[in-house]
Amino acid sequence: MRIIDRRRDTVGKSLPNRQRFVRRARDLLRRAVKEASAARGIREADEGGAVTIPADAVREPTFRASPSGGHREHVLPGNRDFVVGDRIASPPRGGGGSGGSPDGEGEDPFSFVLSREEFLDLYFEDLELPNMAKRHLLGEHRETRRPAGYQTSGPPGALSVGRTLRKSLSRRVALRRPKREELLRLRQQLEEMIAGDAGEERIEKLRTRIEAEEARAKRISFIDPVDLRFRRTEAVPEPIARAVMFCLMDVSASMDEEMKDLAKRFFSLLYIFLKRRYRQVDVVFIRHTQEAKEVDEDTFFHSRESGGTVVSSALREMARIVEDRYPPHEWNIYAAQASDGENFSSDNAATVDLLRGTILPLTQYYAYIEIGRGPEARSQMSTLWNAYDGILAPGMPMAMRRVSDRRDIYPVFRQFFERAPGRTGS
Amino acid sequence: MTPRIRAGRPYLYEGHEWDFDTLSGIYEAIEEVAHVELGLRTFANRIEVISAEQMLDAYASTGMPLMYNHWSFGKHFLRNETLYRKGWQSLAFEIVINSDPCLVYVMEENSATMQAIVLAHAAFGHNHFFRNNYLFRQWTDPTAILDYLAFAKKYVATCEERHGQEAVERLLDAAHALTSHGIHRYKGKQKADLSLEERREQERQDYRAAVFNDLWRTVPKRRESRERSSRARRRALLGLPEENILYFLENAAPRLVPWQREILRIVRTLAQYFYPQRQTKLMNEGCATFVHHRILPRLHERGQITDGAFMEYLHAHTNAVTQPNFDDPRFTGLNPYALGLAMMLDIERICTEPEEEDRAVFPDIAGCGDAYGVLRDAWANYRDESFIAQFLSPRLIRQLRLFQVVGDSAEGDLVVSAIHDERGYVQVRRALARQYDVSRQDPDIQIVDVDLVGDRELLLRHEVTNGIALDAGNAGRVLAHLANLWGYPVRLEETSHERVLETHEAQPTHPFGDQ
Repeated sequence: MRIIDRRRDTVGKSLPNRQRFVRRARDLLRRAVKEASAARGIREADEGGAVTIPADAVREPTFRASPSGGHREHVLPGNRDFVVGDRIASPPRGGGGSGGSPDGEGEDPFSFVLSREEFLDLYFEDLELPNMAKRHLLGEHRETRRPAGYQTSGPPGALSVGRTLRKSLSRRVALRRPKREELLRLRQQLEEMIAGDAGEERIEKLRTRIEAEEARAKRISFIDPVDLRFRRTEAVPEPIARAVMFCLMDVSASMDEEMKDLAKRFFSLLYIFLKRRYRQVDVVFIRHTQEAKEVDEDTFFHSRESGGTVVSSALREMARIVEDRYPPHEWNIYAAQASDGENFSSDNAATVDLLRGTILPLTQYYAYIEIGRGPEARSQMSTLWNAYDGILAPGMPMAMRRVSDRRDIYPVFRQFFERAPGRTGS
Repeated sequence: MTPRIRAGRPYLYEGHEWDFDTLSGIYEAIEEVAHVELGLRTFANRIEVISAEQMLDAYASTGMPLMYNHWSFGKHFLRNETLYRKGWQSLAFEIVINSDPCLVYVMEENSATMQAIVLAHAAFGHNHFFRNNYLFRQWTDPTAILDYLAFAKKYVATCEERHGQEAVERLLDAAHALTSHGIHRYKGKQKADLSLEERREQERQDYRAAVFNDLWRTVPKRRESRERSSRARRRALLGLPEENILYFLENAAPRLVPWQREILRIVRTLAQYFYPQRQTKLMNEGCATFVHHRILPRLHERGQITDGAFMEYLHAHTNAVTQPNFDDPRFTGLNPYALGLAMMLDIERICTEPEEEDRAVFPDIAGCGDAYGVLRDAWANYRDESFIAQFLSPRLIRQLRLFQVVGDSAEGDLVVSAIHDERGYVQVRRALARQYDVSRQDPDIQIVDVDLVGDRELLLRHEVTNGIALDAGNAGRVLAHLANLWGYPVRLEETSHERVLETHEAQPTHPFGDQ
């Protein structure tokens, strides 16, 4: 009997099966994920969680008896007062023995928990970041080790058995170490000679030869310290991609809580999306009225401010921060601006110039969402929208959409990042 | 009450906690009782301690330590995981695998007493059953199963690499749909060796030469009989009728390529390996339960476990062998642990303290005294169906108050047709035995013919018993898989006494083969 502790073994042996299942049920799952995320809002979107799909879709059919019809008989325990010939109106469900079918039809919908990764995979499927790879070598603390040949000393764990044995073999061949089979053969020959009464002299000669060979085998070891080879690795600095995301928002009085909530949903979605592509994502919040300020998240979303609206102030602030802290050759810069589209009309020209001349060359992608209210807002374009519209041209890393309802956020987000042929960048 | 014998033996453990030393102490104490007092013969054991997560993994791959990859296992994993995490389902305390050495997985969460029960139950009860029961001996090769699984996993993985995950997955889907029809139920006839075959052929020729009469050639033959004989010849050539559909496809499906045949073979080999387990669920669990029910009280008698531990044991044991009545909301069918144990305890009683009635019904074993001997013989030589037919005593029928109901679709009501009285015993016993007959649970479907001259249609027949037809939706989907495997149309006729009741058909949509 042996007792083995398996607890330290890798768990998750089912992972490949699980992935296969998720792939198989992909379409259903995508629908389920959408429904689930609609129900609980973007903020919790990156937590994964329970989804339910109809059992029907992933069934495993087998030949089985129809549940109805025919002549049935069951043996049941616990008879109290029945006698032969009694009739029982409501049939007891299922006899013993045959039991219920494990994957029977008409079952409850199949519900289970997706991991965060699986959930987001489905959530962001078909989306990509335009123009994303700006990799940069960072300081010495980020490095990976990669194999770089062999060396003659090292820790036991790095011993390369194959290499070592190859060395040992060539040494043994070069020094003509007798093989074991050879020795066996000689010994057998000797026995045969003794049994066959060969001449004393020949026997003696063979015996000396065997002794010499054996001594040789002993002298030349099977594996010698000089044979040892160890795997060598060397450290290579690893390029990593980093991103910074600028959230620009108009917080003047015309933006109410509900509109800010819409903006926040969009920003969260963008943050989660970036987070999946970059190991490090910084977020900078800039809010503006007639002047712009960098703030923390809480202030960004919750405190109110009154005043006019000068969009160019926010762009100017962003350009300053980029210059200060985020050198564009090291960072992938994304910006998302949310506004209700109101701007001092005198500022529009300055804003457009700033955007075209300074901001767009710095950024990977600039997304502008205009938050409108109600259906009438759709038809009527704001001044800022009209101004931005002039910049839009093929090849510009910029896009703009209007949002007026919570339901629009996800579709709009998808439109921004949908993988499409002919898109700029990647 | 017998006085406690404490021959200087310390308790094996106290309290809940256990470590690897206590575990092997418990194991040795149990081994002594099992081998010496019960006379069990077991494979060597390998006990593996695993965590809940690993138990879920094991669940997903039908309990086997390794298995090829397929989405259906992932589905089961997700289902179990969800049920477990929500607290709707607790995990098994152990899993035991019919291999040599016998693998026993025990959960780390189990208390020391639970580990003792699990070891007695699985490492000795199930293990003895696996090693000695004729079905397992005949159909499974415990020394090879782990190697075979390793081979299967690797083979499927290689195929996925070469032919793409999707192609392999589709093939496995189709094969899985037919697993319960990928089993040889009877040992086939032995393949004659060549020299024997030659001799027989020579004899046949000699005989023909001896009785040769040229006149027979001139007798006109009737067309019909010629046709019939050609049909018989074709069927003989293809080995029809054949109920092992996967086997037939592996050998005769015209369009499959070798790797596809090999995968069909893997699926049916594993189905065959599990088949004895389906046929002996009642006996296997009964045997294991009986063994722990003898061993744990013995350990208590010998003063090796504390009173508290014994109480915990009684509690766990009683939970396992509860049999709710048919009208109880908890009733889900006959509990194999309860019925199996009850029958085995009953056999023990018949051997040692028989009543008049037992002497009449079981003249061979009543009062023979060697209960363990009789039980070991039963464990070795019966399966559920024959075990019930042979050993279900009138006294036990009365005790469980078993009764039989029959129902016809024509009349809505169920009618009580036999109860636990003098006239009913035989009928109840027969009916219960039938209920445990696996070959009656699976519909009887056979491949009966192939239209070799026409469109190569494969003809299957389902012999309908008791008027219970196939579930049409499922049958259609399985046939679609079958048509793809066969590569040509398939037709399934449901017949009863030569009368065709219903026909299902399917055309191949994406036939397998060299894509």
